[in-house]
Amino acid sequence: MAASAQTPLDDVFYSSGKIYVVIAVLVIIFLGIAFYLFRLDRKITKLEKKNEA
Amino acid sequence: MRKYWWKIVAIVFIVYAIIGGFLMPAPDNLGIIQKSIRNLHFHVPMWFTMIIMLFTSYIAGILFLAKTNLKYDSLASSFVKVAMLFGLMGLATGSFWARFTWSEWWIEDAKLNGAAIGIMIYLAYYILRNSIEDDVKKGKFTAVYNLFAFPIFIVLIIIYPRMAETSLHPASGDTVGFSDLDLDNNLRKVFYVATFGWILLGTWIATLKYRLTELQRKDEEI
Repeated sequence: MAASAQTPLDDVFYSSGKIYVVIAVLVIIFLGIAFYLFRLDRKITKLEKKNEA
Repeated sequence: MRKYWWKIVAIVFIVYAIIGGFLMPAPDNLGIIQKSIRNLHFHVPMWFTMIIMLFTSYIAGILFLAKTNLKYDSLASSFVKVAMLFGLMGLATGSFWARFTWSEWWIEDAKLNGAAIGIMIYLAYYILRNSIEDDVKKGKFTAVYNLFAFPIFIVLIIIYPRMAETSLHPASGDTVGFSDLDLDNNLRKVFYVATFGWILLGTWIATLKYRLTELQRKDEEI
């Protein structure tokens, strides 16, 4: 039942605004993965074009 | 030139869901759930994405049976594969969430067991695929398997848990779903966007897998 009570930690996180740091980190990681997916997409498109030619 | 706009929509929606999931107001004081209610925006979209992708694969299987074009078989198998990734993430996140709300990693529950059996049905789909050499035969066998697997899967993960007498999982057995708790619509503002974003992202990954499978197949033909 560790998360069932309001822990002091999340009060500190939210009230001090540091939760934004965590959100920013998650967004950065996600954008990095998204960027990599775009690169993969481009590479496959190139291969497809080469195959058609 | 391929159209990228819907891929950008996927990313924008998920980024919105990550930020909104933490910061938007939500019913943060529900019994044993507390602030972990925000997992709704991350755990549930995994399952929705999986279901949509398995449905796509089901349709692709029917198209393969109708037209015997191997590209539909590539489509079906790619979507099942990525759907399994999302299903396993759904199981893992659900198990973790359960540990901190129900205090067990896994419990005997219609929803959980139904989902686990559902996943196993599709793992068997891959065992079946790998056991057949001929491409057309492989496509036909797995498309027919898929024809039966998808309806059984839906029964196992949605209908059977609803019919169970008791359950701890929301929207199964005697429990209510989030829509009954979300009286001021705060969860919906994030949840629907998150679900749509993840469905698009899953579809994107699956189409990449599909295009790669097609390239490999055409390469082998030459």
